[in-house]
Amino acid sequence: MDFSFTEEQLLLEDTVRRFVAKDYTFEKRRAILNSAEGWSREVWQALADLGLLALNVPEAHGGLGGGPVDTMLVMNALGPGLPLEPYLASAVTATGLLRDCPAQAGLLEKMATGEHIVVIAHEEQNDVPTLCRPAGTDFLLDGRKCVVAHATAADMLIVSARLAGEPALFLVPRDAAGLTLDSYPTLDGTRAAEVHLAGVRLPAAARLDAGRDTLERALDIGLAALCAEAVGIMKAAIDATVDYLRTRRQFGQPIGRFQALQHRAADMLMHYEQARSMSYLAALRCTAQDASERRRALAAAKVTIGRAARFIGQQAVQLHGGMGMTDELVVSHWFKRLTAIELLAGDSDTHLQQFIQASAYA
Amino acid sequence: MNLDFTDADNAFRAEVRAFVREQLPPAIRDKVANGVHLTRDEHLQWQRLLHARGGWNCPGWPKAFGGPGWSPVEQYIFEEECALGGAPRLVPFGIKMVAPVIMAFGSAAQQARFLPKILAAEEWWCQGYSEPGAGSDLASLRTRAVRKGDTYVVNGQKTWNTLGQHADWIFCLVRTDPEAKAQRGISFLLIDMKSPGVTVRPIVTLDGAHEVNEIWFEDVEVPVENLVGEENKGWTCAKFLLGHERSNIAGIGIAKRELARLKTIAAAETKHGKPLIADPLFAARVAEIEIELMALEITNLRVLSAEAENKAPGPEASILKVKGTELQQAISELILQAVGPYALPFAGAAPGPAHAANRAAQYLNLRKLSIYGGSNEIQKNIVAQMILEL
Repeated sequence: MDFSFTEEQLLLEDTVRRFVAKDYTFEKRRAILNSAEGWSREVWQALADLGLLALNVPEAHGGLGGGPVDTMLVMNALGPGLPLEPYLASAVTATGLLRDCPAQAGLLEKMATGEHIVVIAHEEQNDVPTLCRPAGTDFLLDGRKCVVAHATAADMLIVSARLAGEPALFLVPRDAAGLTLDSYPTLDGTRAAEVHLAGVRLPAAARLDAGRDTLERALDIGLAALCAEAVGIMKAAIDATVDYLRTRRQFGQPIGRFQALQHRAADMLMHYEQARSMSYLAALRCTAQDASERRRALAAAKVTIGRAARFIGQQAVQLHGGMGMTDELVVSHWFKRLTAIELLAGDSDTHLQQFIQASAYA
Repeated sequence: MNLDFTDADNAFRAEVRAFVREQLPPAIRDKVANGVHLTRDEHLQWQRLLHARGGWNCPGWPKAFGGPGWSPVEQYIFEEECALGGAPRLVPFGIKMVAPVIMAFGSAAQQARFLPKILAAEEWWCQGYSEPGAGSDLASLRTRAVRKGDTYVVNGQKTWNTLGQHADWIFCLVRTDPEAKAQRGISFLLIDMKSPGVTVRPIVTLDGAHEVNEIWFEDVEVPVENLVGEENKGWTCAKFLLGHERSNIAGIGIAKRELARLKTIAAAETKHGKPLIADPLFAARVAEIEIELMALEITNLRVLSAEAENKAPGPEASILKVKGTELQQAISELILQAVGPYALPFAGAAPGPAHAANRAAQYLNLRKLSIYGGSNEIQKNIVAQMILEL
């Protein structure tokens, strides 16, 4: 049992923290948010220059060969900056998937340098499944993928589709004929899109040598990183709230002297500590071989983090009073991202159900 | 970073598990399983069995005083395995409270007089802290000790004294300087329960049990050699004691055992012809608790690991206390719900299934968890003031 981190890991976390403080300030983010693209290629290159895009790429393909604990520390530090760039989607989740596809070494190398962005397009409405038909040696894709974060920023999408009833994964260029993106902003500022696929023709080589297991493993790596991002934001929200309680004066004293507010702040901290513990568990178990052990750990982590994200987000706004309601303060933006995180990658009830199933209660 | 115990830790765990399985008397195991209070002799029987194994009844003691000299992690494993194996909680007043104070602040004579008897489970200790007018605000206590020659004369009243009816000795916080402000005029005194003028009056609690008492002191003469540390510096001992009292405060082992019991009961009970545990609403309630417990276990290990690196556990223990007691209470609540109408028969009546007997009394009794040892509201004050510096 060891809760310490290596010197390299602490250095990595510190690097990201300094990057956010210096090069990804709230003002800078606001300008990016209001830009036409809604994300910054310049920032993406900066992340590449720091080696962050190479973190999860195997050393054999020009990467750093990092693991989930390294990613956790990066996300802890990156989270409070509320990055609008597809770090988690491309450099963690999609990279995690492509790492298991030996034929994609070249693509991984380009992802490590920042040249290519890849995101997974997996979620769909039940009534519109994405289907795949063979057409000679090619494949034809039809369907619609929902709320695909960063789809417009991506050079390639990894699209899941049913091929003769079995899930298959395809690498689809964003500019493929028949693929259209219906793009929009989401509540936390991230751009997302509906991905419409109408007879998208793909060569056989576009099919990834990966199935349901590989996809689930990659999504779990992404889930653990999402938990870590939430934990980083929660910490920042608590720090800012406690700061506000110390400085805001009413009735002739700092409002932090009032027990009702002290206890609320204590509740926030308790949620945070529990969330942080479960984020550790998620990072350490997201690559576990035993599928039910992995499911149990990650479902439990997402439930804990979802609950904590909601409580801390709401209370950070509440304890900031009217100021918490403003767009001007970062706290409302943290709240919005925390709200999104609870809903992303399966909400708390979904994961509670998964936990019950994986635990074989009955 | 990893969450795994070392091979040595796992071997130690197996050793403790085997010991509890082989040595814990079945009659005691049954009582613990059913939430029935143990007799004095049953408590002492288990303590002496542990003692014979090499001071295992004093898990936090260093070797120098005859303890096993375990690390915080080993102590944690020991207490968890004892709980999982159905052993009773070790009565903490001697081993976890007064003993560490005597080790740190007591004279050589006091150490020689008192510690061996605690180690051998020959003397039973109880705590004289709370008073009718001094609960959360302990420093406002009024029990007086007036020095006359070689004795203190003690007058006053203590309350919420746990199991004092069995005790040979009581450690007390008494006021020795009524002029000094709050904490500064308090001393830490060891009092023989057989002293003339000591009266123990039972308080019957809502579960019908006699677990706590009022203790009255009327002109009780205590030799000055029973003062621990300096006169008027007793608050230092009290604060030190608090730190030790809070080791293993989360009660992870007990919560795991009771959660397993809840699942067993919910598998045996039925709802609409199916096991209760298959009911999605009930399963969700159980799962919420199980997940919180998983999180708390890791939080506890994080605190332990900081402690092992000699960073004081400090106010983080307040988080463990609040969450741990909330969990134990939530489990007892769900057990009550699981047994349904047979939760209602009381005072020994048990017309329903065996697993339903005494559950209501246990549920009622466990409401104490969020009140004693510093109420959960006080713990939140500590979190807000000591950790968040509000």
